[in-house]
Amino acid sequence: MTAFGYYPGCALHGSSNDYEKSVRACCEALDVDLRELDDWICCGATAAHSLNHTLSLALPARNLGIAERDGLEQILTPCPMCSMELIKTQRALEGDEALRAKMADVVELPLEGKAEVINLIQLFQQIGIDRLHEAVKNPLIDVQAACYYGCLLTRPARVVEFDDCEHPQSMDRLLTALGATTVEWNYATECCGAGMTMANEDTVLELSYKILSNAAAHGANCLVVACPMCHVNLDMKQADVARKYGESLDMVVYYLSDLVGLALGLDEKALAIDRHFVVK
Amino acid sequence: MFVETAVQDCYQCGKCTAGCPVAQHMDFMPNRIVRLVQTGDVEEAQGCLGIWYCVSCQTCTTRCPQSVDCAGIMDRLRELSAKQGTYPKGLRRVVLFQQAFLDNVRRNGRLNEVELIGQFKTVAFLKDFNVPLLMKDALLAPKLMQRGKFHLMGEKVRDRGVVRRIFDRCMNDDAKAGGSP
Repeated sequence: MTAFGYYPGCALHGSSNDYEKSVRACCEALDVDLRELDDWICCGATAAHSLNHTLSLALPARNLGIAERDGLEQILTPCPMCSMELIKTQRALEGDEALRAKMADVVELPLEGKAEVINLIQLFQQIGIDRLHEAVKNPLIDVQAACYYGCLLTRPARVVEFDDCEHPQSMDRLLTALGATTVEWNYATECCGAGMTMANEDTVLELSYKILSNAAAHGANCLVVACPMCHVNLDMKQADVARKYGESLDMVVYYLSDLVGLALGLDEKALAIDRHFVVK
Repeated sequence: MFVETAVQDCYQCGKCTAGCPVAQHMDFMPNRIVRLVQTGDVEEAQGCLGIWYCVSCQTCTTRCPQSVDCAGIMDRLRELSAKQGTYPKGLRRVVLFQQAFLDNVRRNGRLNEVELIGQFKTVAFLKDFNVPLLMKDALLAPKLMQRGKFHLMGEKVRDRGVVRRIFDRCMNDDAKAGGSP
């Protein structure tokens, strides 16, 4: 059994609990033990980095401190907003001893900077593409996926240092190993509007429409995401997008863990795919 | 406050604006906002709609050939704009949303979505008389409930005291820094 620290973040414990169920189901099937950070707090997300710079470092720092206190060396963070905020804070603390001492006082925990933050794709990479390939029970032969990386998995590149920020392929490689086909398309790293779903819906609908229609135009029969906000905007808001632009889209949007789980032989209910808004 | 963003290194190539997914909606586009900060016209920059249209996608920062942290500049301008109340009325609801978000996290330690939506809509109604926004997602609630995605109670962390102290220290720290560029 392999053990990882686990920072779900607010979305996965809220309306994106289908994502958490899917991630946990895959981990169980792959004999991965998730140790949730005890009494973790919100990372502050866009609100903190827009309104108070110090707070946008302190909230993630508290969680890094919790992980270190509990001896967790790697923290699986399936939400790219959370993982980017945690990594950004680590980078800021690494190069600045005075800031680190100050933040340790603010968050009431020592901050050594030892824990490593990983996203969902990195979890599967660590488990190993070969091992996943061998564990496949149902090859994804009908899947023609548009892998949608969005913003914060790969950006800002000098902060997250993951994959190629203009032409990422890590998700494509994983899915190909599971028997799926992935399509070349234009919107893999364009933004869906992220956390603006409530505050500025028009922007979200416009950006999501471009993403959904481009995926369809390039022959995809589903979109694959590794982010709770991308899923909200592309799945939950898809009916609003279709209404606004007068086009029926019917694009199923999977979390990456959904497709990994299906390939491993798990059913749709175990992965909470039946709780998505757009279903096959 | 803008030193860390390397704003002085910008030579106005416009790559930030070219890649920005929402530039066409902005009154001042990213390269102009950067230029205003560079020339010291921070007040003009912090009063524009553009900084509140920004979706923080980090494309500008990632692509800048001069490594200017354009998205970081947007953050600092938003912070000034929200604190000093210089944001334009047109996108006040974005400011209200972010403020309600932090208020919620301060109280609970984690985000309570239902509470946030209620608070945001009420404030937007009282300040902007925004009736469509108040009514809009009424039909979404039962659909979320049906999918087990609607948590009336939400989660609270056990140690809410430490969350409040972290918030207070950050706010105080800010007051000491004076909030000026």
